[in-house]
Amino acid sequence: MAVLLAASPARPRGRLQALPACIFLAFALIPIVALFAGGTYLVSLGSRVMIFAIAAVALDLLVGYGALISFGHAAFIGIGAYAVGILSVYGITDALVSLPVALAVSAAYAFLTGVVCLRTSGVYFIMITLAFGQMAFFTASSLAPFGGDDGLTIAARNTLAGLPLLRNERAFYYFVFVCLLGTYLFCRALVRSRFGRVVRGAKENPVRMATIGFDVYRFQLATYVIAGALAGLSGFLLANATEFVSPAYMSWQRSGELIVMVLLGGLGSLDGAIIGAAAYLLTEEWLSGVTEHWKVIFGPVLVLVVLFARGGLIGLARDLARRFARA
Amino acid sequence: MSTTLLAVQILNGLQLGVLLFLVAAGLTLVFGVMDFINLAHGVQYMLGAYLAVAFYALTGSFLSALVLALAAALAFGLVLEFAVFRHLYDRDHLDHVIATFGIILFLNHGVKLVWGAAPLSLPMPELFSGSVRLAEGLVYPVWRLVIIAAGLAVAALLYLLVAHTRIGMLVRAGATNAAMVSALGVNIRRLFMIVFGFGAMLAGFAGIMIAPILSVEPGMGDTILILAFVVIVIGGIGSIRGAFLAALLIGLVDTLGRSFSVDILRFVMGPSPARTVGPAIASMLIYLLMAVVLYVRPTGLFPAKGR
Repeated sequence: MAVLLAASPARPRGRLQALPACIFLAFALIPIVALFAGGTYLVSLGSRVMIFAIAAVALDLLVGYGALISFGHAAFIGIGAYAVGILSVYGITDALVSLPVALAVSAAYAFLTGVVCLRTSGVYFIMITLAFGQMAFFTASSLAPFGGDDGLTIAARNTLAGLPLLRNERAFYYFVFVCLLGTYLFCRALVRSRFGRVVRGAKENPVRMATIGFDVYRFQLATYVIAGALAGLSGFLLANATEFVSPAYMSWQRSGELIVMVLLGGLGSLDGAIIGAAAYLLTEEWLSGVTEHWKVIFGPVLVLVVLFARGGLIGLARDLARRFARA
Repeated sequence: MSTTLLAVQILNGLQLGVLLFLVAAGLTLVFGVMDFINLAHGVQYMLGAYLAVAFYALTGSFLSALVLALAAALAFGLVLEFAVFRHLYDRDHLDHVIATFGIILFLNHGVKLVWGAAPLSLPMPELFSGSVRLAEGLVYPVWRLVIIAAGLAVAALLYLLVAHTRIGMLVRAGATNAAMVSALGVNIRRLFMIVFGFGAMLAGFAGIMIAPILSVEPGMGDTILILAFVVIVIGGIGSIRGAFLAALLIGLVDTLGRSFSVDILRFVMGPSPARTVGPAIASMLIYLLMAVVLYVRPTGLFPAKGR
């Protein structure tokens, strides 16, 4: 990890910019490709990938840059989704209302739980975030007026300032695209700012950061709240994409999958989180088409990735590139 | 709420508590000694139950199914340790989480492949299948009492093992400073393996004991795993005594909360909102308890010494 961080400023700037540019260009072109092959299936799969990429980028802020391994990140997605669902039950279906509410509620939950979680560290942090995630899960399951275990079907997608824009699959796709781009640029600016340097410093050595005079707890809490709100954004989009919310969105397996996405792409590089989300969801899509029990294959693959491919896909690509350059 | 109902629910709470202890003990030992987060501990509980069902089908006797399933659970734990976990001890916690998560995915779906997705059941041993009258109007299933007794017996045995034997001494020393124990000439890898296998066997034992009253199904280990996490976090990671007390506490709070939350809330609100809010609060109760404990004591109630 230290090697990765130390190496990042030394990488040539040109190549550094090329990767995100390629990623976003590919995403931008998918609906156009879909005109010729794949159709709406490809478009909605692309939206799904980008929605989870938003949550993965947010989680990477915590895990990759802050060494805060949150195992309850899916809870924020669920809270954002439930904000949309519950508001629509009361007849409020405009994104201008439901989006800010989704962000605010998930940020508030992140703040309340973060106050407690961040008093702990290491393995305690993993477990307490897991427990708070489960708390949100069980609370949603017992919300009988809003569907309980069975979840809640949303009558129609949110309108945007009164216009039924998001109901068009392609328009919705580009709305998600803008959200992902915004999240990515925001997070990138954040980790490079003074704020981000403090958080990264606290990852390497919290005691030293505290000694220099930074209140590490506050910086970490702010990061936690930001990551929670961004996951809430992803939840808002997910509820609109599926027109359905369910407690399953917050299950701890979902939180685990998010960590897998981040790790698969490569920790502490926001590009990696997006690539990881895409790799995970596409593998899921592919393997679940091959066999119903695709997780029997995927589980051991994860173990192998941990044992042999440290640094994720980006790390693997970099290793290969280095070997290729040497040869 | 009548006293009989209260007594029954307290016994139910105790039963859940000792069950949680059986799972949490292995988890906390493995973490305490090896600094290893084993999410796959819950699937070992599930596997214990499945193995018991399989061996019961073969032998037709609960006792031999119990013995064979315990041996198989131990063997499986050792195989996992040998094949995967020992390569991860000196990695960071994130790697532990991902690798053991992969194992959970594999086993949860693996049992579906082998035994099917439908819930299975294990018949209760004939001898303990009835109910017993404990007091006037208080009738309680014998098997639940057997679970409580078995759990308490294991707790006592563990106490003797950890506090009064040489291997227990090494385990305690390993939990405090593994590098130092290794430097003094103890084969720490072998110690790790013993602790791991033992923990896997305890989780398997919990699964076997609960199988006659719960349905045996894929994913049954996940719920108990998270409760066990709450237990060891409240009790203080690495502490057997903490795990025992916290397990009983969580078992009682959860069970009593679920049975009486609606009744208690009726004092402060109408019956209809109480019926809606009650279950939600009951399911949050143990997590709130954990939050309060961690807010006051960030390393749990009984942190193991030297951590």
